[in-house]
Amino acid sequence: MNEVALQVGQTAAPEALLFWILAPLTLIAALGMLLVKKAVHSAILMAFVMIALAIFYIAQGAPFLGIVQIVVYTGAVMMLFLFILMLVGVDSSDSLTETIRGLRPIAITAAVGFGGLMVSLLSRATLGRSAVGVEAANSDGNVEGIAQLLFSTYVWPFEVVSALLITAALGAMVLAHHHRIQERPTQRQLSIDRFRKDSLATAAGLPAPGVFARHNAVDVPALLPDGSPAPASINASLKARGDVLDSSRFELGTVDTSADEEK
Amino acid sequence: MDAANYLYLSALLFTIGAVGVVVRRNAIVVFMCIELMLNAANLSFVTFSRINGDLNGQVVAFFTMVVAACEVVVGLAIIVTIYRSRRSASVDDASLLRR
Amino acid sequence: MMMNSTSIVYLIALPLAGAVILLLAGRRSDKWGHLLATALCASSFFVGLYQLSLMFNRPSQERPVSQKLFEWISVGTFKIDAGLLLDQLSICFVLLITGVGTLIHIYSISYMAHDPHRRRFFAFLNLFIAAMLLLVLGDSYLNLYVGWEGVGLASYLLIGFWNEKPAYATASKKAFVMNRIGDMGLSFAIMIAFATMGTVSFIGVQAAVEQTSTPVLTGIGIMLLVAAIGKSAQFPLQAWLGDAMAGPTPVSALIHAATMVTAGVYLITRSNFIFDAAPTAQLLVVIVGAITLMFGALIGTAKDDIKKALAASTMSQIGYMILCAGLGPVGYAFAIMHLLTHGFFKAGMFLGAGSVMHGMNDEVNMRKYGALRKAMPITFVTFGLGYLAILGIPPFAGFYSKDMIIETAFNAGGSKGIILGIVTLLGAGITAFYMTRVMILTFTGTPRWDEKAQPHESPWLMWLPMAVLAIGSATSGYLLSSNDSLVKWLSPLFESHEEHHELLPPIIVSALALVMVAIGVAIAFLKYSRREIDAVAPKNVSIFTRIAREDLMQDRLNEAVFMRPGQELTKTLVKTDAVIIDGAVRAVGRLTIATGLSLRRVQNGFVRSYAAFILMGALAMIVAIWVVVQ
Repeated sequence: MNEVALQVGQTAAPEALLFWILAPLTLIAALGMLLVKKAVHSAILMAFVMIALAIFYIAQGAPFLGIVQIVVYTGAVMMLFLFILMLVGVDSSDSLTETIRGLRPIAITAAVGFGGLMVSLLSRATLGRSAVGVEAANSDGNVEGIAQLLFSTYVWPFEVVSALLITAALGAMVLAHHHRIQERPTQRQLSIDRFRKDSLATAAGLPAPGVFARHNAVDVPALLPDGSPAPASINASLKARGDVLDSSRFELGTVDTSADEEK
Repeated sequence: MDAANYLYLSALLFTIGAVGVVVRRNAIVVFMCIELMLNAANLSFVTFSRINGDLNGQVVAFFTMVVAACEVVVGLAIIVTIYRSRRSASVDDASLLRR
Repeated sequence: MMMNSTSIVYLIALPLAGAVILLLAGRRSDKWGHLLATALCASSFFVGLYQLSLMFNRPSQERPVSQKLFEWISVGTFKIDAGLLLDQLSICFVLLITGVGTLIHIYSISYMAHDPHRRRFFAFLNLFIAAMLLLVLGDSYLNLYVGWEGVGLASYLLIGFWNEKPAYATASKKAFVMNRIGDMGLSFAIMIAFATMGTVSFIGVQAAVEQTSTPVLTGIGIMLLVAAIGKSAQFPLQAWLGDAMAGPTPVSALIHAATMVTAGVYLITRSNFIFDAAPTAQLLVVIVGAITLMFGALIGTAKDDIKKALAASTMSQIGYMILCAGLGPVGYAFAIMHLLTHGFFKAGMFLGAGSVMHGMNDEVNMRKYGALRKAMPITFVTFGLGYLAILGIPPFAGFYSKDMIIETAFNAGGSKGIILGIVTLLGAGITAFYMTRVMILTFTGTPRWDEKAQPHESPWLMWLPMAVLAIGSATSGYLLSSNDSLVKWLSPLFESHEEHHELLPPIIVSALALVMVAIGVAIAFLKYSRREIDAVAPKNVSIFTRIAREDLMQDRLNEAVFMRPGQELTKTLVKTDAVIIDGAVRAVGRLTIATGLSLRRVQNGFVRSYAAFILMGALAMIVAIWVVVQ
């Protein structure tokens, strides 16, 4: 692995090839993050950007960081994002229409100006020498080199960061701690509610999706005995997300009973 | 290949992240955009490490990752808490300071 | 070095405690407040007597005693102690204030018996006594100033005691405002004294007079004179005294006859070292005194309101004192003597007037009196003794004190002496005229009472103080002047350089004065005793009477010269303030509000717009870098 990276770093042509293929893709993925409607899709594109960055790290002689990037970001952080997405579900915030007047033009103008000026500044900056490359620094191996720095020069920040991690973990626990305001309903209470509450319509339980249908998928509403779809049979979050198939396709037409009459 | 190309890429990614923070309403997407900005900065660090020929930049990038991880943990916990009380993950809905 | 005493402060502390207790205790002290106040005032009088006895036992140079209370102001080199000074001059005032004060307290117990706010009245009376004592006991001009303002306040509160009547409230306001002018004079005098001499204590100023230039001393003297004019109702600030009669009669007797209005005389006598060194200021004092003397006497001839007639007389008599005090070292002691005798007879006469009013349903118009001699024998006798005293009939008090003044005036030397002598003689004659008029209208002739009036003698609590004061009116003159006792008593305080250029021998002056008095009395008899007096003041009277009835146009003059232009100025200032200054202030306010309102839109509560601002900030920084690099 180390050798691969070094080779990539040393030989210009393969790295350039890698860059010019991967960099546009990364940019497109990043832009896509902004433009796609669903948060899940954003998360997937984000994961792509992370992996691409990991590859760039490795290509630049930082294999340790590349691996950490994949493990921490695409592994832990992205997983956390997806988990929270699942927990929170979907709502109106996924809409891309701007509600605050004048914000979008301001944001885009500012961003274009910012990006343009950054690029312009970078193009004008000169180092006065060519890049040195990390081959020399990595001569004992990248991991060893970083470890050397981390446990000598940076040992104090390292310790502080460990404290930060613990604090963050504790903070997350405190924040996520749910203080129950009401008593948890007992089984007995639940079954009383079922019969004594608003209506008896749901006393026998909600209809399961796919029942009486020609399709048994979870996103297809059940059909009532008269052939119309039953909206209550679909999970609320599926409905909110819009992941519901149109059931009219599966509705039964008027039952043709003419054949029976002829008999 | 000029290492500066990575810097251009980093600048553009950072800008995209910044715009994302402003234009997106879903708190989770906003958060991902922040992560994108942090990662763009990390890319710059690694590139500078290469240009200068020492590993300090990589170490800083490493620290950034750790801090970013902490931030994600706490931030997502906050989002969950807000969601629990307001039934919404929209950053616009959490505008109680208005008026 | 002056001897120290620790007991002077009780003189002030006792009545002050009375005022504080009565005001703080509120209605709870309604039952016993007046008794406490009277007792405290009396005990202050006894402290005064005790101090006097101590003083008698010391040789004359060691008689003054002082008491340092506390360090009052200490700023850099500017140090003032709150200290008291009791010398031969102050003790006269202390005994007059507390003595007459106690009598009037006793009188008021009965006089104010039916007033629902009697306790408040006594609290104010005690406050006045304390302030007046502080005025005469302060050892520096600044301490005196505190008392000066204190009596002004007490006077204001007491004139407006029945402030439910708008006219009375206005009268108290008028007195307060006109006194303010005098107070300004006193504060200017203090400022000049401090700026030039670096001290404001009596002893310090006296010592510094020699090194001070005459113009400065004249300035201080004139300012002190302004103060005296305001407080003692002298020309041209005399207009408030007549209206001050709106207060309850005991107040008129105590404050506006016996004590407070004489504070100006005290101030001038106390500052004798300044006036002796500033002849111009001294001359002004004399002129003011002479004018007021005639002014008050002329007003007195036309007044039908018994209290206002007496007030005019007070004004005139204080004019005598001021005139005399302006005559330099020879005059101070006589001014004080007249002040003391006047304190007796005028207070007595005011109490008599109060007694008459008490019996006549608070009627003050003398044309509605008449023939009260039989209904109120005691009042008649006491009032009559006061009358004889003010006329200067020997051997009553006024004879001694007023004759001394006339004599001193004649002896002032040159044409000044002749003019002053004639003025004082004329004044004596006019005084005789209007006081006889008061006597005739009130006590003799035929009754012109209202149908409801039931004249009756006042209870003993009221006539007893009157009797005491009447005895004082009869005897005080002889006591004070026999063997020159008061003059000798006071002489250590004043530089006495005897320069007698006697124009007329004393006996001739006395004779002249008596002749003038006789003429005045005769005219009054001819005019009022021989024919019926109209119960309503006649309208078709000469222009002079009309002018005199209007206080010699003083109010109109004040109104035309000061009040109207002042009002216009105030209106202009108010308009300027409203339009320009307030306008500017409001404009600033509106601008701030407008700015805030427009900036408020920025604070819309949306995190994302805040993020947009951060982005713009970052853009601005990048632009800055870009420009620098350019």
